[in-house]
Parts: sequence; C-alpha cells; structure tokens
Amino acid sequence: MDRVILIKYGELTTKKGNRKLFIKTLYFNILKKLKDFDVNIFKDMSRMYIEFNSEDLDIILKKIGEIFGIHSFLIAYKTNSDISSIKNTIKEVLSSNIDLEDLSTFKVETKRSDKNFPIDSLKCNHVFGGYILENFPNLKVDVHKPKNLIHIEIRKDYSYVYLNEYKGLGGYPVGTLGKGMLMLSGGIDSPVAGYLAIKRGIKLDLVYFEAIPHTSLEAREKVIRLAKKLAIYGGKMRLIIVPFTKLQEAIYKNVDGNYSITIMRRMMYRIMEKLTLRFKSLVIVNGESIGQVASQTLTSMRVINNVTNMPIIRPVACFDKLEIIDISKKIGTYDISILPYEDCCTVFVPRHPIINPNLKHCEELESKFAYENLIEEILANLKVITINEEVENKYEDIL
Amino acid sequence: MVYLDYSATTPVNLEVLKSFNKVVTTYPGNANSLHELGRKSFDLMEASSLQIANLLNVKKEEVIFTSGASEANNLAIIGTILKYKNRGKHILTTKLEHSSVLETVEYLKEFGIEVEYLNILENGLVDLDDLKRKIKKTTILVSISHVNSEVGTLQDVNKIGEILKNYPTIIFHVDGTQAVGKIKVNLENIDLYSLSAHKIYGLKGVGCLIKKKHIELTPLIHGGKSQSLYRSGTPCVALYASFAKALKLALNDLEEKYQHVLKLNERIKKELETMKNIHINSNLNCIPHILNISIDGIKPETMLRAMSESEIYISTKTACSNSKDFSLSVYEVTKNLEYAKSSLRISLSYLTTDEEITYFLKVFKEKIKELSFLKGE
Repeated sequence: MDRVILIKYGELTTKKGNRKLFIKTLYFNILKKLKDFDVNIFKDMSRMYIEFNSEDLDIILKKIGEIFGIHSFLIAYKTNSDISSIKNTIKEVLSSNIDLEDLSTFKVETKRSDKNFPIDSLKCNHVFGGYILENFPNLKVDVHKPKNLIHIEIRKDYSYVYLNEYKGLGGYPVGTLGKGMLMLSGGIDSPVAGYLAIKRGIKLDLVYFEAIPHTSLEAREKVIRLAKKLAIYGGKMRLIIVPFTKLQEAIYKNVDGNYSITIMRRMMYRIMEKLTLRFKSLVIVNGESIGQVASQTLTSMRVINNVTNMPIIRPVACFDKLEIIDISKKIGTYDISILPYEDCCTVFVPRHPIINPNLKHCEELESKFAYENLIEEILANLKVITINEEVENKYEDIL
Repeated sequence: MVYLDYSATTPVNLEVLKSFNKVVTTYPGNANSLHELGRKSFDLMEASSLQIANLLNVKKEEVIFTSGASEANNLAIIGTILKYKNRGKHILTTKLEHSSVLETVEYLKEFGIEVEYLNILENGLVDLDDLKRKIKKTTILVSISHVNSEVGTLQDVNKIGEILKNYPTIIFHVDGTQAVGKIKVNLENIDLYSLSAHKIYGLKGVGCLIKKKHIELTPLIHGGKSQSLYRSGTPCVALYASFAKALKLALNDLEEKYQHVLKLNERIKKELETMKNIHINSNLNCIPHILNISIDGIKPETMLRAMSESEIYISTKTACSNSKDFSLSVYEVTKNLEYAKSSLRISLSYLTTDEEITYFLKVFKEKIKELSFLKGE
C-alpha cells in the first residue's frame, strides 16, 4: 500500500500575497531537514506530500514535528480516484490501524477537490460510511464524538485516505520574515526567546559575549550546546563569539559598582547594533523579561535601550519565569541552561545593582573611558562558529 | 577449546577493545581538567553515560561508573544504609544473591544492621507473600538479583518493584549483572541497578550502578566530584566508552541471540535428562544461558578438572562464591544438600556453536563413565 506523509500548511495560508514565498521556503526547510533520508517531496498550493521509505517513518515524523510553518501532518494512504479503489484502501487502512475486535465508532469526512468526481462530498460520506458498516460489524457511526475519524480526500490524480493527524508546530517557515540576531547567554530565557523568534519565521544568528578567563570554556560549550538545540528548529546558524573581556574589565575599573551592569548592557547593545549591520540582520532579539533582574526593570530597559535605534524583540518580556521554564523544558534547553557555569553577565556582579538608573549619570560614567576603541578592537576579533543541529553520532567510531 | 563459563566472564568483543584503544591514545586529558584536552575527555565521558542511559531507558545523570558490579552492589547497599540509616536499619534480601551482596549485608550486621532473608519458593522465585510479611517500618532496603548467577533463576523484579511502590521509604536494589545483555530489562520500578561490562563482552574493571534521580547515596569513595558525586577518582574515560560500546553491541539482536542459546540449552537438557545420575537444578524459571546440574557421586571439582583436561571449561558454583562446602543458591532452589554439594554450572552464549555442544556432550559422557568408579559401581 502506498503511503505518503501529507503536510497541511500553518498560518501562512491566510497571508495571500506571500503564499508562494512561504510555501517555497517551507519546502526548502523540509528538504534540508530530511536531507539524510531518501524522500521525494511534492508541493502544491494547499498541501505537501512526502514519499518515504517505511523504515525511516518514525524518525521522519519526529523531524517534521520540529519544523515551523506546519499546521498538521499525517500518514495518508494513496489510492486511485475511483470509488472501488477508495473502498479497498479504506478496508486496508482500517484493518492495519484499528483493533477490529473492539467495539468502536467512526465518522467519515470527505473532501472533494476534484469536482468531476461522480458523487459529491456528502454522498461520499454515505457511500463509504455504508461500506464500512457492511464490512466492519464492530464499527458504529458516531458523528459527534467518533473514536476514529476517517478522512478521504478526493483529488484529480490520486485520492488519500487517512485516520489521525499529528499537530504541527505552527508558526511561519523559518526565514520568511528575514533575519535577526539573538543575544544568547547560558541562561534559561535567551534560548526560549530564540525559539519563539524562530517560530515567527525569523532566521537567527546568535551572539555570545565571552569574558575568558573570567568565564570558562565550559560556559562556551554550554552555549554551543544550547545553540545546537535551537538549530533543530532554526536550521544552520552562525554563532558569533564576542571577546568581551577587555571591555568588561574596563567597566569594572572605571564605573561605580552599582552602575556596572547598566553600563555593560549599554555596551552590549552598542556592539549588537554594529553586528546587526555587519551581519545584515533586521532586529536584535534577546531574553529580557520585565522585572526579572535589575537590568530588566522598565527604567533600566529605557536607559539601556537608549544607545540604539535598532528594534529589539523581547519574546519573553511578559512571560512569568515558570512559563519560560515550561518552554525551555519542551525544547530541551532547560537541562543545559541549569548547568552551573558563569557567563559574563554573572561575573563582576555588584552587590546592589541599580534598578532605577539615571541616563545622564550613565553618560557621565561612560565619558570617563575610551570604550569606542575597545569596541573597535572587539569587532576586529570576533570568532564565528557554524552551528548545525546536534549530531547524535558524533562518536560513531568509538561508541 | 570449548568455553562454557560465560557467566563467569566473557571474551572481549574486538570492537569494544578497538574503542578502548582509540580513546586511550586519542583522549589523554583528565576529564576533570578545565582545559581543552580535559573538556574533550569530559565530553566523551558524558556521551558514554548518555548512550548507556539511553540503552537502559534511564537518565544520563543516573549512570554512576564503578569498577564493576561488586563495587556497584557495595555502593548500592552501603551507600543506602549510610544515607538512610535514620529511617531504619532493616534489610531484606535472599540467599540467591552474589557474594558481593551477601557478604556486604553480613558485614553490615557488625554495625547493627538487621538482615533478613526471604523465602524462596519451590519454583526458585522469591516468595512475594513472605516479602510482604517481612517488610517492617524500619525496612530501608530490599536487594534482589535479577538473575541468579549459579542456577539462572529469573526473578520478576518488575512485580517486586510494584509491590515495593506501596512502601515509599524502601529502596529497591537489583543486581542485574547476569541479566543485562541476555534478556530485555525494564528498570521502571527499580531504584538501583548494578551491572558489569565483562559479562557482556566488555572489559574487566568497569561497570556501573544505575541510581534513580530521587535516591541519594553516601559515596564509598570520597574525593569530590569527578564523573559523579557518588564515586570519586580520575575517570577512566576509555573504560567508560568501551562499556557504552559493549552495552550497545550486547543489546543488538537480543531476541535472536536468546533463541539461539535457548536451542542449545534445550539440546543439552534433552541429552542429560536421559542420564540417570544427573539432576538438572535449573528449572523453567531460569534463563537458558545458565544450566546448573548435579552429578550423583562425582565431586564437582573432579569433574571440572577432568573436563578441563579436554579443554572444556565449565564451573562449580560461581567463581566468586566462597561458601566452601555447598552452593547456597542450588540449595535454596532445590532444598537438597546433595545437589547443592555436587553442582556444576554450564553457561552458554550466543557465541556457542552446535559443534561445541556436540563435543561437550561427547566428552561429558566419556568422563562420567571414566569417573563412575568413584561411586563404587
């Protein structure tokens, strides 16, 4: 029996003008995701179909469940578009998927896009429902809460019969909305912010501020591991490692302790602005959440944000910590994030960071040292790593 | 040579050895070092833990590498007692355990720990009613081997685990040394599980204790965190990686391997059953990999040496057991002292061939005939 994976598009179907671009992007995203498998992918304006080798089915389904822009997907049984072929396929589908010893209920739902098919959808429901009643004595009709919903899609060349749908991730196909840069620390919030930005179709580059030797190589590895998790959803991405040590040390030496975090965040935004221009991103994305720490009070945000006009997307700004944690667990970043390595936001933390900083005072403090030169030096010493989705058999020759 | 002592130890799989060699030479760093070389070793160690965890369906943090199953059993038992002695001092176990369990609990008696042994039914299984009867408010640990090493009795540890779920303060330890790699194991209802690499075609000197997240243990070897808080010492990443590899290979085609061994076992049994001075101690609750028999009138050591002359290697009791006069396990299962005094263990592997069994049976019969004068016939 011929089986295909049928993919129903997500929110993109409502966006008429961009539809072609969205479908094309989704098509390439799926192609990239399944590059290691022997598959054929066909697309039209309302559906995508994937032919596959049955031994790969489980892993392919898992991978499709990681792609944004898909409303739902399912395993459809392909058949010829005539009544007797469809009946035969229904019989096979039910026999191989339902325990026919058990009493159960069903409903048939037909979609007929081929209007030349001899009978209309309603009539189809009757014809095929009647066929099921005749051949499967344990199945009764229940149109309100059927245990088995039997879908029949009648198209011109082929028809499809299927039972259950899997829910897709929703969102927009990654890349359809352009590029953004995520400020990725080792914490819980920023990976979640990245995930949510990816969900809305943003193709991300990642930026990690590093202060070796004050921060450790473990901390960098932790960030790389987080990045690999994000790459499951966002595809291949660049991780830009920013050598922040000298600037951070300068802040520590020159700035009154309470303001050091505020100034540090302002410096980060200054660097981010330059990076977005250099790496051609449209927005900055970060994991700031209102009120969580001193630099994330509204006053702090305003004073810090003052250094740039670049739009800053804060996907988790209004989420509670527990809501953020829920998502981080779902996307597999939580266990990595809670590993105890310091990042540059947690070294040199003053005992009482200011929660209502004054903009003028910030500017005065910054005028005391030549940070511009340090930023130039940083930008000349960036390190860029390409991040791919986590490869599980990294130690294939050993393990 | 015909090796029929696979339950004592197994020959190392050359793929496993290859992994070991590769790691020894290419990952020289101490996994605890913070520099690049150290991180590489650490990362591989983590990947090894993860692979073992995935194969056993547990979490990566739940794998504690040890020097083998004996250490794992010691850590499980003593670690639990030290950690939870305030809850009570009562241990339940069976006389079917490996000496690393039996002697450990006996040793703990010196420190005021109370040990009780569970009844074994005629079919070789733990008497579950006796278990429920003997559980007290002060019981903190139940330790039962998944598969007995001498007779091969397979205990329903799942069911026992389910019963123990009703006693949330009791920790359930299972020695899985003889089970892993031979049968499918399910650790869902088990808190602590010991295993060893050299029983599954891995190297000697490595094993692990699976310790579920909700359990805490006091370590036996202190010295700060290395691979795990529960066992200090510079991690031998090469051993760990080789163990992960061995486990993966051992679990491949488990069902086919099992059927192969079952066929060989049935063939031997069928043949031995026709001999009137042989008693088969392993019953239907035993895994086919272990076949324990007693020969009427011939000392097991004599038979072992006689077989050894023809390069056939079997064992009496287990290599580790030290009860000098008789096999406690055989006695527990048969309740017959004569059988317990004269037991021999033939242990089979998926590597064992039909030809080997043919040769074994031929020599075995000849030797019995030669030695039968000892019975005064």
